[in-house]
Amino acid sequence: MIRFIVRHSPKIIFLLAVVSIIAGVLLREPSQVFDQAIRICLSCIGIG
Amino acid sequence: MKQRISQILSALLYNSYIYGFIVGTIYQGNLKFLNCPGFNCYSCPSAIFACPIGILQFFTAYGAYHLTLYTLGFLGAIGTVGGRIICGWGCPFGLLQDLLFKIKAPKLKIPSFLYPGRYVTLILFVFIIPYVTKEPWFSKLCPIGTLEAGIAHILYNADLRQFIGTIFAIKIIILAGFLAWMIVSKRPFCRTTCPLGAIYSLFNRISFLRITVDKNRCIKCGKCHNNCPVSITVYENGGATSQCIRCLRCTDCPVEAISYSFKLTR
Repeated sequence: MIRFIVRHSPKIIFLLAVVSIIAGVLLREPSQVFDQAIRICLSCIGIG
Repeated sequence: MKQRISQILSALLYNSYIYGFIVGTIYQGNLKFLNCPGFNCYSCPSAIFACPIGILQFFTAYGAYHLTLYTLGFLGAIGTVGGRIICGWGCPFGLLQDLLFKIKAPKLKIPSFLYPGRYVTLILFVFIIPYVTKEPWFSKLCPIGTLEAGIAHILYNADLRQFIGTIFAIKIIILAGFLAWMIVSKRPFCRTTCPLGAIYSLFNRISFLRITVDKNRCIKCGKCHNNCPVSITVYENGGATSQCIRCLRCTDCPVEAISYSFKLTR
């Protein structure tokens, strides 16, 4: 069996990602995401 | 078949606010603080989640520290679990590309020198240019935004039509170009342009999801290469290449030489 995948501690990176999410939540980023996402994005439409 | 069902269900889930198309506005409910794992414009009338690429640009341009830990962590978590698995199983634009490629037409290969284009798009149009200009330039050019939001809102809202200008025309040309390219080439947007795919592809080598090839069993029949929606020669490159969208079609191997597994350890 030949493995093509080089393993580089995915558990640590997953943990960092979860910590990053928690840090973002503590910094109240989800409310900023919400404020942005409930507006019609004029750039996405192509007129802003 | 399972993959196609997953793609359709994902597209329906991301766009489950059908009422938005009836009244011509967008969903403004509580779910909009969540990032959409696949590429789906949050200004689409039926979208219920936020587009992570739109959010990354917003934070890059206007955020207090010019990045978003919340969205980057979310993408990192998904990437660590499955690499580009969302590209293969949960992206509406991927589904559209798969379906358009089924149209009978002369087919063209995508030159490999175009593959790094998605990293260029990510770095330039999602990070550097929005940071410098304070404008979300990927969104301004994004063909998904044009298809899902631009055309819909322009059709519904007469007041917006007076603002149509050069950018809208360029967006329509880009969209038309990609739609035509999708008919003749396998997943051209995913392979050359998609910034979300670029982020997920960084995790293909380290993800819990592994694709392994047993070279002793492989007879190099080429079935995996023919089945692959991004034309990877799986028996040579395996599933760790950044192009692999983890659709797992290659595991339909006549000699069972290709397999996948979720493993938390080396």
